[in-house]
Amino acid sequence: MTNIIEIKGLSKTYFTKKALNNVSLAIEKGKVVGILGPNGSGKTTLIKILTGILRPTKGEVYIDGNKPGVITKSIVSYLPDRNFLYDWMKIQDAINFFKDFYQDFDENKAYGLLEFMKLDRDMKINSLSKGMKEKLNLTLVLSRNAKVYILDEPIAGVDPVARDQILDAIINNYNEESTMLITTHLVRDMENIFDEVVFLKEGEVYLQGNAEVLREERNMKIDDLYKEIFGE
Amino acid sequence: MFNENLPIYIQIMNLIKRRIVKGEIRRGDKLPSVRDLSTELKVNPNTIQRSYHELERENLVFTQRGMGTYVTEDENIIKELKQSMASSLVNSFIQDMRSLGFDLEEIVSIIDEKMREGK
Repeated sequence: MTNIIEIKGLSKTYFTKKALNNVSLAIEKGKVVGILGPNGSGKTTLIKILTGILRPTKGEVYIDGNKPGVITKSIVSYLPDRNFLYDWMKIQDAINFFKDFYQDFDENKAYGLLEFMKLDRDMKINSLSKGMKEKLNLTLVLSRNAKVYILDEPIAGVDPVARDQILDAIINNYNEESTMLITTHLVRDMENIFDEVVFLKEGEVYLQGNAEVLREERNMKIDDLYKEIFGE
Repeated sequence: MFNENLPIYIQIMNLIKRRIVKGEIRRGDKLPSVRDLSTELKVNPNTIQRSYHELERENLVFTQRGMGTYVTEDENIIKELKQSMASSLVNSFIQDMRSLGFDLEEIVSIIDEKMREGK
């Protein structure tokens, strides 16, 4: 198995606060990996380094053999943890925007996903509910034929119906050629879609492994393991 | 739907076994595709694949390349499955009853009584 993402001894310090401390991870191609931890555990910092938004203080990061930058941005499709579209846009404008920006954007896939999400391309962004915005953002991100998808809290704050649609879209989009990194603290809702899980605690990798092996070894659900590690 | 503290692939195997024993899926029937079952259960496709693989190792299903996964045609294998599911249920029942202090005679008489009531 080839590693699509390699992280070695990664640390990130904001002034005096350590956000990540000596994180090392190797992620295989074709896996769905859950990055689990409460708020402030370093999940978003890790993702911002992988997407080239932040620079590491120490350590090395490689995505498909390259350091985060222009090349990796063309193969990494990233869903930030907040809405990234302009309010004046209609859904169609957002699709055109992505089409202009990314060579690997598949317009037909986007229309198919929009229909699945029950979104209309004439809708205005500022009229969308939080759940609808999340569904639109995910539609755009999944419509790229990327090697790596990085989804930061894809189901945070959405209602159960939207959550199920988002999970279905993620599962349907999965293929062996691409890798998915998903951060969440809503472990119970998402644990069944992970091949591997990584527990981040106070900026360090506390535990990582195959989700099924961990269930078998610990005789508990990943959700219960999460509660054990991070306390109630 | 997956609440036991067991690996998901085993829970999915058990789910399919139950469907076979209950006759919801009959011998020779095609199982749902990995992708369809993965969407239905909201589970990683690799996990479904593993369940199918393990069921194949137990000779309950077989894969036809490019066609899909099918339930065995062999009636005896399904009968055996039914037997083994029954005996594991009964065994765990007996174990539970014993741990409550019932002896074999008492257990039988309780079952006997219940079965009569049920009629």
